[in-house]
Amino acid sequence: MTDVAVIGFAQAPNERHSPATTNGVEMLVPIFHEVFAATGLTKNDIGFWCSGSSDYLAGRAFSFVSAVDAIGAFPPVMESHVEMDGAWALYEAWLKILTGEAEIALAYGFGKSSAGNLRRVLALQLDPYLVAPLWPDSVSIAALQARLGIETGLWTESDMALVAARSRANARDNPAALRQAGSSDVSVVSGDEASAESEGTVRCLWELLARPYVAEPLRAHDCAPVADGAAVVILAAGERARELCGRPAWITGFEHRIDSASLGARDLTTAPSAAAAGNAAGASRAQVAELHAPFTHQEIILRRALDLDDGVNVNPSGGALCGNPMFAAGLARIGSAATEIINGRADVALGHATSGPALQQNLVCVMEAR
Amino acid sequence: MKQRAAVLGIGQTHHRSKRHDVSIAGLCREAADRALADANLSVGQIDAVVVGKAPDLFEGVMMPELYLADALGAVGKPLLRVHTAGSVGGATGIVAASLIQAGVHRRVLAVAFEKQSESNAMWALSITPPFAMPVLAGAGGYFAPHIRSYIRRSGAPGHIGAMVAAKDRRNGARNPYAHLRQADMTTEKVLASAMLWDPVRYDETCPSSDGACAVVLGDQAAAEASDQPVAWIRATSMRTEPTMFSGKDNVNPRAGADAAAALWQAAGIASPRDQIDAAEIYVPFSWFEPMWLENLGFAEPGQGWRLTEAGETEITGSLPVNASGGVLSSNPIGASGLLRFAESAMQVMGKAGEHQVAGARTALGHAYGGGSQYFSMWIVADTPD
Repeated sequence: MTDVAVIGFAQAPNERHSPATTNGVEMLVPIFHEVFAATGLTKNDIGFWCSGSSDYLAGRAFSFVSAVDAIGAFPPVMESHVEMDGAWALYEAWLKILTGEAEIALAYGFGKSSAGNLRRVLALQLDPYLVAPLWPDSVSIAALQARLGIETGLWTESDMALVAARSRANARDNPAALRQAGSSDVSVVSGDEASAESEGTVRCLWELLARPYVAEPLRAHDCAPVADGAAVVILAAGERARELCGRPAWITGFEHRIDSASLGARDLTTAPSAAAAGNAAGASRAQVAELHAPFTHQEIILRRALDLDDGVNVNPSGGALCGNPMFAAGLARIGSAATEIINGRADVALGHATSGPALQQNLVCVMEAR
Repeated sequence: MKQRAAVLGIGQTHHRSKRHDVSIAGLCREAADRALADANLSVGQIDAVVVGKAPDLFEGVMMPELYLADALGAVGKPLLRVHTAGSVGGATGIVAASLIQAGVHRRVLAVAFEKQSESNAMWALSITPPFAMPVLAGAGGYFAPHIRSYIRRSGAPGHIGAMVAAKDRRNGARNPYAHLRQADMTTEKVLASAMLWDPVRYDETCPSSDGACAVVLGDQAAAEASDQPVAWIRATSMRTEPTMFSGKDNVNPRAGADAAAALWQAAGIASPRDQIDAAEIYVPFSWFEPMWLENLGFAEPGQGWRLTEAGETEITGSLPVNASGGVLSSNPIGASGLLRFAESAMQVMGKAGEHQVAGARTALGHAYGGGSQYFSMWIVADTPD
């Protein structure tokens, strides 16, 4: 099988309310420039393009069609799109290199989550006949999952707050992060609830635990803030990767799986699809892991599912809890993990992406230095 | 490097305006079950599932593949969701093929669908986001000026579109799954139907359909182990260009021409006109048959209509186009591209029944989408090379 590596990554700053349109172009053009400048590539070097985005997030049909304007796609390009997080676009790009049809491929994801009421929009991902008409929103479903874990003794609200505190501390060094320790907290799920998290700094766990619930047992710090953003990752094959990058992040395992859509039929305290993908990809070898956990308890679930021991550095970027631009955040996890290798801070790194309610679908990309 | 891939089985639903007898999952399952039965495989033998459909607003379900995971037997497996506008059905087939060509999987199920009766496609297309050109209530109004431009540039006689429509509707009558089956359709009847978007008449327009299509793909070992005829994928191709830009040629878009040129080259086809035995081309409005014949390189620019007029694109002609009845007979939008790919495979597998093109050994499947800007195509044949 062809050796393929991540050789470039850029992401737009995560913003609570980006002035950009929902078609992503304004967020994508600067990061295309950034990643091309860093790699010395131009658009003409890209053999295959693939994007991830959502029409429902954009509130229109064919939102990705306008996004190709960011490429400057003339002469025409070999291009595809998934209605998924950009991490799955990266997977399709990886396939294209493995088939030999492209040597260098670029994947991007973008989402303007602030354009609607995200937790309500995501309710439309549920069974359209039996569940969605009840409008169970995404935060409430995550709260049910968190509650099940607490009641079965798998984690506590303190464990969850610890995840939040560590993520915020880590995000201090990530200029793209939306929420940074010591800064004002931002709204969690909608403008209406912004007042619940006004001025204030995170000094200790107790302070977090003293705050009100958003959807019991979830507090604002347990939920990823609504964020707009975009991310781009470039892959290259074999020799090309070595030419373009001093220390490429070679992909050694790239796997994804999906679980049942029936919330009542699955054990929400586990993520079998993450475990299966992690097992197939060799997740337990990772020294660093960027986990796409939009809720604190989901990081706990994922650590267990991926068999990551306490020595693994989880979410050095701050993770999705410090910026979760829909359809870009998973790709940004892989890009952030790859950067740990490219910059020489790790030898084996893992990037993870999730999609669907309560961690229904999971992707794992394991990368290593050579 | 690239592994061989083949179509092992094909299934589709009966396409209708409103399939109120099934849910979205039931519709997809109907096609998937038929494809698995056709391939003589069980769902347990499938390694991965690829789902394609056009905009989620067409049903009002966000990322419906999440909900479809159970019905499609994807739980515990990889599931990908493709969306490349109207070309999505073709792109779905190509992504599924690439999973095998990349050496990642051995057997893959591709499913594409649209259940237009769940929502309203015209509404979904008419939402005007800020800073974007309106589509002007549906595809007909968008494409009619391009067709007028084609007629002006080519000098084609006014009845060519009606000839295409009459042929495709008659072909649809030979296809038991087609939405519109009009065995007695004539050019005169089409010309007598109401004008919708000049020069596109009512009978020159695709229907709104509920429907799904499924294809089982396999690697060389799976193909050789099959006791059924298979269709070998000789080449695939995709190209994209922006919706509008200075110099955009909506009649003969460069993305389509580039995709076709790459396809012929990859398949080792020097003369498509002589070497393709059957073509399933995405023709949602009648005049796109001559337009795409030129864009694909079957005819010189301005000459495609002569093939239609001479009857060459009839099922008995030298280049049968849309023997299945095509998009003009069934248009479950997200599935329409995969139907073109599947029907091309059926031709080389010899499974097309009453609409079988005699002696078809090499066939083209084609789809396009957006503002004539997304193109996906493949070549299938009865032998691997």
